[in-house]
Amino acid sequence: MFDIERWQEIFDTIRKNKLRTFLTGVSVASGIFILVILLGFGQGMQNGIAQEFERDASNMIGVWTQVTTKEYKGLNPGRRIQLRNENYDFVEKLHIDKLEYKSPMYRVFDTSIMYGTESGAYSIWGSSPDFQQLENAYMSYGRFLNFSDIQQKAKVVVISNKIHRELLGSIEDPIGEHIEIAGLSFQIIGVYGDVGGEREEEKIYMPVATAQGVFNGADRLNNLFFTLKPAETFEESLAESTKFTEELKTYLKQVHTVAPDDESAINTFNTLENVQRFYNLTGGIRFFFWFVGICTIIAGIVGVSNVMLIIVKERTKEIGIRKALGAKPISVVGLILHEAIFVTAVFGFGGLIFSMGLLEIFGPMVEVDYVVNPSIDFNVALTTVFLLIFAGALAGFFPAYRAARIKPIVALRDE
Amino acid sequence: MIEIKNLHKSYKMGSNSLHVLKGIDFSVEEGELVAIMGSSGSGKSTLLNILGMLDAADSGEYVLDGVPIKDLNETKAAQYRNKFLGFVFQSFNLINYKSAMENVALPLYYQRVGRKERQDKALKYLDQVGLKEWATHLPSELSGGQKQRVAIARAMAAEPKVLLADEPTGALDSKTSYEVMDLIQKINDDGNTILVVTHEEDIAHMCKRIVHLKDGVIVEDKKVKQVRAQQYV
Repeated sequence: MFDIERWQEIFDTIRKNKLRTFLTGVSVASGIFILVILLGFGQGMQNGIAQEFERDASNMIGVWTQVTTKEYKGLNPGRRIQLRNENYDFVEKLHIDKLEYKSPMYRVFDTSIMYGTESGAYSIWGSSPDFQQLENAYMSYGRFLNFSDIQQKAKVVVISNKIHRELLGSIEDPIGEHIEIAGLSFQIIGVYGDVGGEREEEKIYMPVATAQGVFNGADRLNNLFFTLKPAETFEESLAESTKFTEELKTYLKQVHTVAPDDESAINTFNTLENVQRFYNLTGGIRFFFWFVGICTIIAGIVGVSNVMLIIVKERTKEIGIRKALGAKPISVVGLILHEAIFVTAVFGFGGLIFSMGLLEIFGPMVEVDYVVNPSIDFNVALTTVFLLIFAGALAGFFPAYRAARIKPIVALRDE
Repeated sequence: MIEIKNLHKSYKMGSNSLHVLKGIDFSVEEGELVAIMGSSGSGKSTLLNILGMLDAADSGEYVLDGVPIKDLNETKAAQYRNKFLGFVFQSFNLINYKSAMENVALPLYYQRVGRKERQDKALKYLDQVGLKEWATHLPSELSGGQKQRVAIARAMAAEPKVLLADEPTGALDSKTSYEVMDLIQKINDDGNTILVVTHEEDIAHMCKRIVHLKDGVIVEDKKVKQVRAQQYV
């Protein structure tokens, strides 16, 4: 390895066989390049999906109801279950120490809203002040609902940027303006935006009691929403929220006289379970990129092996000459391997540095949905380079060894 | 210098075995210039390859400069070749991507001679064959005669005990052939032992002794009066 004479011999050979060297090198460098870019984008997609998921509170638990499907305690199936204020109040009181955000929900769809001569149909969501956090809404103007709005059943609304644009487009700051809903006048106290985009901006928020009052809701609710205080680890959080969801269901089934095994009357969703699925999804994506990456590397190894075979074949006569001049087999093998390792190493690291540089410089500039800041673990890339060098050496070794073993007279005859 | 007793060699050609050398007894003293003659298929090249340890005999004794040559592995054969023998081939066998000087310096590399000394020696031997000005040229830029002279310089650079030439003039026209023979004679004049395989009478008569091979056995072994190649150049 540190034989200066051998190095000189190798540099001579490389200098005089530029094309051969270049082709070997390109197959190595491109293999590394493709792998790094691929894994980089795999990571980028993972980052992108993670970011996409962060938009809603990720540990939200929701309840909605449908009709019963099972007879229970003398009650017929097909009974509509209706959530009520008392259900919400009970859960809130019982779990007050565990809950982070909570909100009841009374919802009316396609309500006609008027401002002056402009009108549109939007949904009304009666909720609590916590709903801002539950929906991950941000405020563009004014404020969200607050506790005293709820207490006073105030006739106030929070509209979205979209509604602001569509109904009150002429007014820069709509705070204090009044809009008309179901013949009643409501004061706008805030304008929200949702990172989830326009489709999340079809809603007008008002205090839940106000909505119930205006739309004859009495004490009926459509949904209950809760988030739990996060635990130390994801697994603990998941376990806790699953337990909470089960308790919630059991309680609601009891008070509404629903059969314990009726899965359709009372429904819950738990975004943490979605998060679990998302973790599985990114796992799948990661696996896919690794799979493709490993295939690329195998293709690279095959490529390098091929080139090595051809090189050795091409040099058979030269090997014969060298042996006639007194080269020992080991020195012939050494010469070929030394050159192969040197070339794969130089081009391998070249490809590595080039592709990582590309990711470093252009990665943060990538602004495509679901791809955020593609990057790669340096150790992984480095390991790959060494793997390729090793494979190249191994692929070169066997033909070189065989060529070194054949009698010089046979090698010399090779044309 | 060379002692051979009852040397046999056969080649397998598919299912048939071709008996090429059928008991050769032969010896060469130091300083001799021997021509090995015979028609094609007579075994002359095979004999030379065995002498040059490029090929192994099936049976028989071979002693080179007092060293018995037997049970050779490739490593040992390589060492002996490097130490004892220089080769000149019909097809020159220069490495095509190396310059004339680098080709000549190559056996010295395998003798672990330093780079500077290698180059000096290579230039010296190139000068001896009259090709010093061509030192940096690639083989493809040289004529056949020049290539063979480079090959001779390369064979001599290792300062071998015996120079083995396999049809050194086989690929050359007669004028160039005489130039090459003139060079070989001069090297022999300096006391080097040389074996030349040829099937050309005039080339053989430029040696000091002619050994005739026919069907794998020596049929004639005679000393001749050397014809100097100088006069034809």
